[in-house]
Amino acid sequence: MSTEFIYHKDADNIVTVTMDMSGPVNAINDAFIAALKGTLERLAHEPELAGLIITSAKKTFVAGGDLNELVAAQPGEEEGVFNRTQMIKSLFRRIEKLGVPSVAAINGAALGGGLELALSCNYRIALNHPSVQLGLPEVGLGLLPGGGGIVRLTSLIGFQKAFPYLMEGKKLNAEKAASEGFIHALVDDQTELIGAAKSWIKSNPAASEGASQPWDRKGFIIPGGDESSPSIRQHIAMASAALFKKTRGLLPAPEFILNTMVEVLRVDFDTALTIESRQFSQLVTRPEAKNMINAFFFQMNQVSGGKSRPKTEEKYTVKKLGVLGGGMMGQGIAMVAAQAGIEVVIKDVSLESAVKAKAYAEKGLAKLVAKGRLSEEVATQALARIKPSIEVSDLRGCDFIIEAVFENLELKHALVSEAENMLAEGGVWASNTSTLPITRIAEASSRPENFIGMHFFSPVDRMPLLEIICGEQTSEETLAKAFDLAKQLRKVPIVVNDAPGFYTSRTISTPIQEAAQLIAEGVDAVRVESVGKSVGWPVGPLALQDEVSQKLSLDIVDAQIAMGLRKPEDDPTPKGTALMRSLLNEHGRGGRAYGGGYYEYGESGKSLWPQLNELFFDASADAAVSDADIRDRLLFRPVIESLICLQDGVLRSVADGNIGSIMGIGAPSWTGGYLQFVNTYGLTRFTERCAELAQVYGERFLAPAIVADYIAKGVDFN
Amino acid sequence: MTTGAYIFDAIRTPRSKGKAGGSLHEVKPVALAAGLLRELQQRNDLDTSAVDDVILGCVTPVGEQGSCIAKAAAQYAGWDERVAGFQLDRFCASGLEAVNTAAQKIASGWEDLIVAGGVECMSRVKMGSNGGAMFSDPEFILGQKAVPQGIGADLIANLGGWSRRDVDQIAVASQQRAAKARDNGWFLSLVPVRDRSGAVILAQDDFIKPDSTLDSLAALKPSFQGLGDMGMDDLALSKYRRLEKIEHVHTPANSSGIVDGASAVLIGSAKVGADLGLTPRARIVATAVTASDPVIMLTGPGPAAHKCLKKAGLTVSDIDLWEINEAFASVMLRFMADMGIDDSITNVNGGAIAMGHPLGATGGMLIGIILDELERRNLQRGLVALCVGGGMGIATIIERV
Repeated sequence: MSTEFIYHKDADNIVTVTMDMSGPVNAINDAFIAALKGTLERLAHEPELAGLIITSAKKTFVAGGDLNELVAAQPGEEEGVFNRTQMIKSLFRRIEKLGVPSVAAINGAALGGGLELALSCNYRIALNHPSVQLGLPEVGLGLLPGGGGIVRLTSLIGFQKAFPYLMEGKKLNAEKAASEGFIHALVDDQTELIGAAKSWIKSNPAASEGASQPWDRKGFIIPGGDESSPSIRQHIAMASAALFKKTRGLLPAPEFILNTMVEVLRVDFDTALTIESRQFSQLVTRPEAKNMINAFFFQMNQVSGGKSRPKTEEKYTVKKLGVLGGGMMGQGIAMVAAQAGIEVVIKDVSLESAVKAKAYAEKGLAKLVAKGRLSEEVATQALARIKPSIEVSDLRGCDFIIEAVFENLELKHALVSEAENMLAEGGVWASNTSTLPITRIAEASSRPENFIGMHFFSPVDRMPLLEIICGEQTSEETLAKAFDLAKQLRKVPIVVNDAPGFYTSRTISTPIQEAAQLIAEGVDAVRVESVGKSVGWPVGPLALQDEVSQKLSLDIVDAQIAMGLRKPEDDPTPKGTALMRSLLNEHGRGGRAYGGGYYEYGESGKSLWPQLNELFFDASADAAVSDADIRDRLLFRPVIESLICLQDGVLRSVADGNIGSIMGIGAPSWTGGYLQFVNTYGLTRFTERCAELAQVYGERFLAPAIVADYIAKGVDFN
Repeated sequence: MTTGAYIFDAIRTPRSKGKAGGSLHEVKPVALAAGLLRELQQRNDLDTSAVDDVILGCVTPVGEQGSCIAKAAAQYAGWDERVAGFQLDRFCASGLEAVNTAAQKIASGWEDLIVAGGVECMSRVKMGSNGGAMFSDPEFILGQKAVPQGIGADLIANLGGWSRRDVDQIAVASQQRAAKARDNGWFLSLVPVRDRSGAVILAQDDFIKPDSTLDSLAALKPSFQGLGDMGMDDLALSKYRRLEKIEHVHTPANSSGIVDGASAVLIGSAKVGADLGLTPRARIVATAVTASDPVIMLTGPGPAAHKCLKKAGLTVSDIDLWEINEAFASVMLRFMADMGIDDSITNVNGGAIAMGHPLGATGGMLIGIILDELERRNLQRGLVALCVGGGMGIATIIERV
């Protein structure tokens, strides 16, 4: 009998089980399962048992399953996973079929397995507190709720209502959970929780309807109808199509969840539980699940947890931030900083621009208030922290200045000279550049060790990633401060070294260049876009180029050539570059912002510029390139670029590469990031495929030497 | 030992709107089918005990159309109790599949006289109400890229380069041709639907809209735009990578109508004809089924027709008249392109766009319609083809004797 589940029987024969596993949270692992088993044995022999209350001694109720265990499951081990899942489920099933009323007294977050345990109780009471979050977020990790979550939630609230919570992993607070039917009652104070549970038990004694689950009662009908309902059938068909539109068929988890939900509508409860276990066992061994767990859990924790932050430096808190430039980036930075409680001076050359920047924050905050994500009061306070200015002196005492002006080295130098001495003692100057070398911008600084790059993504208030770039002289202390500011701004910071285009900008451009090369070779533009979308990018590479704008891309190339950062003869896709120049210079197609690029834009949406295929399409060249080659050419370019970044030390860690690629530049989540892609593909197989592509399409496809090194060492990119 | 399979008679009900308010909505499916059986019996002075089997196509065999409606209809019609019955479902091909199956049974010599046709009261039993993996199983839909037929029809138009105007033109022609044939009394196979007392419920097709014009049709919104936008287009385009987007061109006016109706064809051996004093009107020369890409779904008729011609040892030029079911206008355009034929000999009396498509019954109706017209024009051979769910196609060649 485990002591990790505290077992207490009161005078009314109500047993309260308080989960208190060793470690910070109650996680569903072997010890937890043993404790639950032991508890159920004891309950089975408990004389005159009147009811059961399950609660937690931790801040959270139950934190969910053990991901280390899941990520270890390999193809071929499905049966073992299935049996184990069935075994855990049988324990949950025993709780709801005890014959006496069972209550989950939810005192903290109940996510994943935690909610599944709670759903296995006859009654659920939750503390109405912001810390109490409920949900089944498994889909976000490429998994499905395998502990009965799909079956119970679908049976409890019906197919259509359960849909977003299972298919998108949407979380709810206690109040919403109550109104959506997840839980039955709320209490305002933790001390009332057990009392409320006990009084419900007393009024719902054994053999009463309350002491059973709805699905175990005679004549049970799933709310909203089963699969014979025409509206549900239609919903299933439409949901399948909508899912494909979103995932391109690349993510098995939501497909498996949808399959299981539909099966719940077709078969009895216990058979549905079995089907759920089978689907789970077939899903956890899929590479997509492993890649997503690796990226969104393990590597995300590494990155957010500060693996790239120098450990020795003290925590830094920015109180006053200067933002130079009231453009799109400056506005966004000001808004998120003000939300984080930082005083912000937004300085521009014209007061009008500075005021406009504040107005952006006002609008953005109002939107959050309208959505209920922010209170009016907090929004007002945040807005009051932003001061628009044209005076350099207003920057005096800033702990941090982020320069976010036009990408022009002279201008950036001038600003450093003008305002650097306004920084407080130990203050840091950051440039929000996406293309200019930090070391070169820092040349104007008298304290280059306090100088760093902070590359935000647009729109700043919505994009979670921040790329921190260390210049040659950037100190560890400065890096730590930038990292801490990133955390203050609730960004996920990856840390990279200074090189043209850093990590994200140089990598995002590679599939775009490759697409241009394909068009220049004569391949059908429609195919290039279609295959591009099949990789899992939200839009095709030509559409992405239009968003970035051909003009901007070429300006950057030209600027880098002018600065001696790259040589025209090193261009890996010269035909593609020539095509872009021709589009821009001869046809005036500079991108969406310039009235059109590869696409033309009308009121009814966009369509490929008809002359594109008229000018470049070549039937024999098109026929010579298979869909598989198009796909690999587009996908391998950013993967190879990421490997080069790791090899050359631009990337300091694999985790930064994977997280940066997913969150910043659209690496499809099924890959687990562009470096993880190589692990899944297999390093040797990857090298071989690279060689094939290189032979036909050029040396840019040769696998970087680092892959051979890792093969020799017998390790993956981890 | 094979014998010829002969058509002695082929009749159909008129078609009417398959919704509440339709002229045939008051008629039960079993009564609609049985009415044709009784008519066959009377017209041919038929000793029903000579009939081996009644085969009826029905695509939505649930509710009052469920549980082997063919046997139910034979009983309801008061036929000899030895007459068997079976219902089959090959989607829109069901009626023709019934004819073909009957022909094969006769040709094999294992049976002598069969009634084949179909029944579909779409006003009473809603299309799709029998479910199916193709329509409501997510694993199937995602794995097979199963999209609604209308998306496939639009895709066919796009791939063939046929515009909205092209498909609307097919629709207008269908209306005009059907109205002309009806008004001239060319649909000899049509028999009125009567109540138990013999009073006529509906004597003529009343779904035809002869006033349709290109202008009036142009105003209609495409039917499958919404479904397409929700993701069905993406699903289909992931198999058709050379198409940038789907231009949705099909509307209710250039697609087959939802109607109620039934058909019945009396098929037997030469010997049974002689024994019973039945005069053969035509011989069933060959039949074929095949399947093509299930995503685009409606391109099966061409391959099926070619297969059927090959079986018959005939070529395209041996066929005098063609009937391709007008499930959607683009299906007819595609079929004519696949066969290298034009509309001067195809669907000469209109089709399902004008008169409606009672799913399980249509195939049997087309046999009667083409036979009537071969006789009227004194021509020899006709080929009937239909597109079918799942990418299938079906074809039958008949020739007058």
